[in-house]
Amino acid sequence: MIPEIGHFSLILALLVALVLGSFPIAGAARGNTVWMGLARPLAGLQFFLIAFAFFCLAYAFAAKDYSVVYVANNSNSQLPLQFRIAAVWGGHEGSLLLWALILSVWTLAVGLFSKHIPDDMRARILGVMGLISVGFLLFMLMVSNPFDRLMPAALDGKDLNPLLQDPGMIFHPPMLYMGYVGFSVAFAFSIAALLGGQLDAAWARWSRPWTIMAWVFLTVGIMAGSNWAYYELGWGGWWFWDAVENASFMPWLVGTALIHSLAVTEKRGSFKAWTVLLAICAFSLSLLGTFLVRSGVLTSVHAFATDPGRGVFILAFLVVVIGGSLLLFAWRATSVGRGGKFAVISRESFLLANNVLLAVAALSVLLGTLYPLFLDALNLGKISVGPPYFDAVFAPLMAPAVFLMGIGPIARWKDAALPELAVRLRWAFAISVLTAITLPLILGNLTPMIGLGLFLAFWVFASSAELVYQRLRKSEGGLLARIRANSRSWWGMVIAHLGIAVFVLGVTVVKGFESEIAVKMNPGDVAHLAGYEFTFDGVESRNGPNYTASHGQIHVSKNGVLRTVLEPEKRLYTVTNMPMSEAGISPHLIHDLYASLGEPLEGGAWSVRIYHKPMVEWIWFGCLMMAFGGLLAILDKRYRLHAHAKNAVPKKGRSA
Amino acid sequence: MVLKARHKRFILIGIGLALIGLAAMLILNAFQSNMVFFYTPTQVAKGEVPHNTGFRIGGLVEVGSIKRGDDGLTVHFVITDTAKTVPVVYKGVLPDLFKEGKGVVAQGSVGVDGLFVASEVLAKHDENYMPPEAAAALKSAQEQSKTLQLPSK
Repeated sequence: MIPEIGHFSLILALLVALVLGSFPIAGAARGNTVWMGLARPLAGLQFFLIAFAFFCLAYAFAAKDYSVVYVANNSNSQLPLQFRIAAVWGGHEGSLLLWALILSVWTLAVGLFSKHIPDDMRARILGVMGLISVGFLLFMLMVSNPFDRLMPAALDGKDLNPLLQDPGMIFHPPMLYMGYVGFSVAFAFSIAALLGGQLDAAWARWSRPWTIMAWVFLTVGIMAGSNWAYYELGWGGWWFWDAVENASFMPWLVGTALIHSLAVTEKRGSFKAWTVLLAICAFSLSLLGTFLVRSGVLTSVHAFATDPGRGVFILAFLVVVIGGSLLLFAWRATSVGRGGKFAVISRESFLLANNVLLAVAALSVLLGTLYPLFLDALNLGKISVGPPYFDAVFAPLMAPAVFLMGIGPIARWKDAALPELAVRLRWAFAISVLTAITLPLILGNLTPMIGLGLFLAFWVFASSAELVYQRLRKSEGGLLARIRANSRSWWGMVIAHLGIAVFVLGVTVVKGFESEIAVKMNPGDVAHLAGYEFTFDGVESRNGPNYTASHGQIHVSKNGVLRTVLEPEKRLYTVTNMPMSEAGISPHLIHDLYASLGEPLEGGAWSVRIYHKPMVEWIWFGCLMMAFGGLLAILDKRYRLHAHAKNAVPKKGRSA
Repeated sequence: MVLKARHKRFILIGIGLALIGLAAMLILNAFQSNMVFFYTPTQVAKGEVPHNTGFRIGGLVEVGSIKRGDDGLTVHFVITDTAKTVPVVYKGVLPDLFKEGKGVVAQGSVGVDGLFVASEVLAKHDENYMPPEAAAALKSAQEQSKTLQLPSK
């Protein structure tokens, strides 16, 4: 009965979304305040209905109701409760429900925190989000119903893919979806601006915190996924340029360009059309990403392309959303007006260059991800484009972007002078070049890539230090007062940029100095790596709730002194009969020591992989710094709710 | 002065376009040189594969073909598409789901002796899931010789 109630709740949600997607928008066009006023209560009602449906599905999982197809396919009676709940988004149908739920959360949030936005603008924004919701709910109800029954009911479920039975599964997908779906807010703001013909600094100020919030979630989501892959896959890698990863990275790249473009739109009124276009692209790529990962197109292009239900619906939905919004853009983009002029050397120009580089990078990822699928779909052969392609493309594209990051925040808006910039940055440049050459020599490995990576990281550190020093020097009072004299959004930018530097440093050091060995080890055998002795103590059997495990133990010592004990595990999940490796990791600021069990060989021996990963944790710490910088920026005083519309007009000539 | 500013802008746009063109060239060049093609064991047997660059092959790991070296890390096995077979050697730790009779994809190159030296072996994390390339190899072998039966998964 519960699943039917959930199903019914989804149908009601679709009806609500239909009204939300039509009346408020029509009301905004005709000046009908009653119709516009429907938007906020409907957003609340929609949230309640979808949340209720979601609760029903979660209940079916918790209560082990294997008469529901989706539950039977993605759960099992031995699965611990936290993974039974996380299994709600372990498959295609449930992921879509999570998507719809999160969309309704964002819609509700926009409804609640938009009191200061004009009625017609708010009605249009919520209406556009309602239309997106219609698409997803329709898709679920027509071809991907998570509440479909199984007759007769299964005795037990087929179990959740063991790869997904990890705490990462509980946090990573919701975070990622909060990011993906969050870009729907920026998208809705843009469509509303195109419909209403109003795109000014106030508009940018309203949409900026929403966009940054989505970007923060996406950053944390991608970081969590990368970290999860690192300890779960047992290969010591943190990014594989896999299609699934690329699907989340493309919206991030465009989203990053978008938050920078929005800064120009808010401060200077320029880049208006470009900002709108980026918002459309960021959301389109989020949609594409969701479907790439969750539709099965990566498993079999042909099954997907010939599937009359899902495949056609998804393609049609993408065409309507992307094509429709681009058409609207082509038709209305001129109505949003032109921005202020700026010189060739100015902060606007640097931000423009940053935007172009990020957009080109996103395009290159799109090419590498979709081209093999197209070839395959057209029966022109099977190819794969691996990490070498992305590595070859990314370093040359991102290096200038990171270099400009050191100059942009120091350059003046509108018109900057090169000589002045050169004088201000000469020490930062000298320090970073010196570090880039001497540090690798001390560490004993100087290659062009290591040199470039270190130069860029220290360039950002040093130029940020110069920026902060000048700002604090100009402010008055004690240190705390001087820090407070600068806005939170400015500090947010500085911290996010430092996060990039920390990230680049981590990537450079781990790529340049990591080492690994794969060895056959009998109990008592010692392997040597990076000055450490790894002693294999053998394995013992252990039982988990739904798996049996060979639990290994490896002593790590240096010069006879015990440093740490690694405990890699090889699990066999009994329901699916699938083996899984759990790496044994000793994380550390300086380096990670990492071991994973391969396979059992004769006589109690195992094949073992051991990795030495210097500064790998900095990669994820850098991502967290970026996210923290974003959060700080959102907390800026000027985004406060009670900020009145009259304050929303930018003060001319004031720099950020 | 106005004219000068306009000239400046033209120069900027010109430089921008040149840089984008350069980026496009870089991307397409990298794309061209890093594409890895996929071949079936039948195509390998017919000699349709390149000899100087790497490629991917896929199919099933033939039952009874896995042989380990004394070091425990060098593994010899045979990939089959049920019509033809390719002997493969790989040194390293194999993925969790590498099993006899299951789908596999290997990347590497073939030597003069016909032995495929794999630099990478992929087996995906799903019991029922066949790597798309492996499934395609089996399908095309099946189409070419209808008399052969696919081994049951």
